Amino acid sequence: MDLSFILVQLVSGLTMATLLFLVASGLTLIFGVGNVFNFAHGSFYMLGAYFAFQTVTALQINFWIGLVIASLGAGLLGMCAEFLFLRRIYGRAEEGGFQILLTYSFILVIDDIVKFVWGTEYKSLLRPAGLRGSVELGSITLPSFNVAIIVIGLLVVVVAWLILSRTRPGRIARATALDREMLSAMGVNVPLTMTLVFGIATALGGFAGALAAPLRTVTPGAGIEVIIDSLIVVVIGGMGNFWGAWFGALILGEVMAFAVAIVPEWASVVSYVVMVLTLIFKPEGLFAPRQTRTV
Amino acid sequence: MEPVLELKNLNKAFGGLRVTNDVSFTVMPGDITAIIGPNGAGKTTLFNQITGHLVPDAGSVFFRGEDVTGMAPQAIVAKGMGRAFQVTSIFPEETVLENVRMACLARRNEARRPFRNISTFKQATDDAYAILESIGLAQHAQRAAYELAHGDQKLLDIGIALGLQPSLLLLDEPTSGMSPDERQLTRDLIVRLWKEFNLTMVFIEHDMDTVFGIAQIVRVLHLGHLLAEGTPDEIRNNPEVITAYLGEEVQ
Amino acid sequence: MQEKKSYLSEAFLVALLVAFAVVPLLHPSSYQIMLASHILVWGLFAVAFNMLWGVTGMLSFGQALYFGVGAYAVGLMMKHLGQSWFLPGMAAGLVAAIVLAILVGLLIIRVSGVFFTVLTLAFGQLAWQICFRWYHFTGGDDGIQNLIPPGLLGNRFVYYYFTLVVVVVSIWLLLRLSQSPMGVLLRCVRQNPNRVPFLGLSVRYSQLRVYVISSLFSALAGSLAAGVDNSIHTDMLYWTTSGEVILMSVLGGIGQFFGPFIGAGAIIIIQDYVGAKTEYWSLIIGLVMMVMVLLLPRGVVGEAQALKLWLKSVRRSNGG
Repeated sequence: MDLSFILVQLVSGLTMATLLFLVASGLTLIFGVGNVFNFAHGSFYMLGAYFAFQTVTALQINFWIGLVIASLGAGLLGMCAEFLFLRRIYGRAEEGGFQILLTYSFILVIDDIVKFVWGTEYKSLLRPAGLRGSVELGSITLPSFNVAIIVIGLLVVVVAWLILSRTRPGRIARATALDREMLSAMGVNVPLTMTLVFGIATALGGFAGALAAPLRTVTPGAGIEVIIDSLIVVVIGGMGNFWGAWFGALILGEVMAFAVAIVPEWASVVSYVVMVLTLIFKPEGLFAPRQTRTV
Repeated sequence: MEPVLELKNLNKAFGGLRVTNDVSFTVMPGDITAIIGPNGAGKTTLFNQITGHLVPDAGSVFFRGEDVTGMAPQAIVAKGMGRAFQVTSIFPEETVLENVRMACLARRNEARRPFRNISTFKQATDDAYAILESIGLAQHAQRAAYELAHGDQKLLDIGIALGLQPSLLLLDEPTSGMSPDERQLTRDLIVRLWKEFNLTMVFIEHDMDTVFGIAQIVRVLHLGHLLAEGTPDEIRNNPEVITAYLGEEVQ
Repeated sequence: MQEKKSYLSEAFLVALLVAFAVVPLLHPSSYQIMLASHILVWGLFAVAFNMLWGVTGMLSFGQALYFGVGAYAVGLMMKHLGQSWFLPGMAAGLVAAIVLAILVGLLIIRVSGVFFTVLTLAFGQLAWQICFRWYHFTGGDDGIQNLIPPGLLGNRFVYYYFTLVVVVVSIWLLLRLSQSPMGVLLRCVRQNPNRVPFLGLSVRYSQLRVYVISSLFSALAGSLAAGVDNSIHTDMLYWTTSGEVILMSVLGGIGQFFGPFIGAGAIIIIQDYVGAKTEYWSLIIGLVMMVMVLLLPRGVVGEAQALKLWLKSVRRSNGG
């Protein structure tokens, strides 16, 4: 195993980590702020990919514009789903369970709608012009698009961090275990906030899906693995931990990259193994402080 | 006679804030004692350290001669420490009888039996009915707990704790949220239960009529520190206590 | 003591037994028998699942793991060791389910709520991934066919009555559990987990216990299914299988012991009517789930009971 192989895999892992983090951040955003677990987050990721396919491949629109359209589309659909349906179960007893069931039903419905509109064959998306080639970094050759993803991801992380730490809405979002009544008591328009945050979260999911689309084939049913990957990221990094999620994504991305290169058949099982090991040895996550027992 | 509860130099701090400051006292069998203090004095935190929900930073808790400091809550309860709650904590969908019966079954180590129908556990059922009679809820036995009035739910909370036949019963503000009439009834009930079930009780209270009406020993907590302990009269006339807390509340 | 022991549940179970026993006599076609068998198997699966959710409040999205383990224990032993290994395969499936449930349970019962649910999903998918990719051993996506139980059980009538007896006895055992102190304790764990330690009892221990029991009977259902369909497939481990059993429970009503069984029957009959897994079956069950969650959260049985109580109170206030 030579150095250039390792370096190539490291960068590949960074690309995967970036995509993982983008997806996981959308999921934890709505969970942290609104206490809603969107089981269908992967479906919005998938919709982002399909919207990108539709605009870029079918309508021959520029990739970057397509990316924006895909994100907006996913975001808008998310807001509709929240406004029309999710909102009806806020405040119910055992709300958590019903949330999961309702968002689960979204997965089913969206899956079949996608099948109906686009069929079940694999769709593909070309990488944007200018990034189809590769870039030389010393002795190694890297695909340009993968590098671009890393750069975009870093930009998004920096922007997200700035918003979360410098702006008022950001600080509200950061406070953990904030419930809706408390938000309301702070003078926040809760229904509007919920819808907006849900829209931003699903837009992030769609953005990740569209960005990843040229690297993977676009198929229905991709949703569930996305949720599990996001879960593994959060398990590794610790629940509710922004930087923990980032490190979790990094670790998982790198592990996956090397696994794909070394044991391609069993690469997806490897990610589960990482999760199980973390659960056994440090269930609160690698970056969470050790908890002392409290009530 | 061996003390039921013994606290030795308990200390606890959250961050820089010392919430329990070198607290020590002893509770003997049959005592009925109150812990009072202004809000934020650390009364509930103290209870939590006794019941195992918080681990003290230093010091020990001895229950019936055994060091239970830092033990898991359910282990301590299983040894005979019962607790009733300020915010009523019952099983709302179960019947009133069932709520108490579960405690009676638990005491007899029968709560985890997976096969026989629960109504065939005669002894536990009889014990539960006896408790319901004592607290005056027998006529509601078959009603769902959530249907009870707020005051009755509080009684049920105590009833559940009684089902365990506790050697020590901790009551967290038993009369909170009650009207003056209800408070009097509750006071009478507590005294009656204390005699009938031979209980040892420690309760936290803000209502001074209750405290001075039924407690034999009163302990005053102020900023986590045990300011004074003594009979109600001694406490009522203790200048430090008056300064710190009672003010015009005592007449 | 005015507590009256109602035998309603036992009566319903007997009625179920009789009704299903009569089916092969009225509809001797193998299609109808298979339909009834499916209802029995999924009915058991759903009732076992609901011990976790409706009773104890643990929403597991991964019971397909155990259903699949039961099925694959039978299928793999028969494929690699021979037809006569059907019953030992069932036993092996039960043992495997218990062991797995203890291991997985110890790992994930430390967390609750959404986190728990997604972890169950993850473990279910892990099993599916392994089964799917280990083509050499499990047959992967092809599944395993020609699983015909040996001897007398090879006859479809005999196997049907075998399934009926196993399912009814299992449901009876679960009924006993739900009416026992342990059953009430599980309900208390759901209603007020904070108070349970103050009874001197452990929430985690109770949750682990019901997780193992539920998984055990899920595996049993899976083993029976292998003999009903005479084949097994990786789909049995896929998360949508976990989803279907949840849907059945929600449809029937998670607050009633037999609700999930009725929900299973309803879904299977609807499936049959709509033409067994139409291309847009996902859409249909998705919409059904949405309707249930938004409008009929107590399930068909639950809403019916609520309606009955409401009518009774109306009559009482009108009649005096």
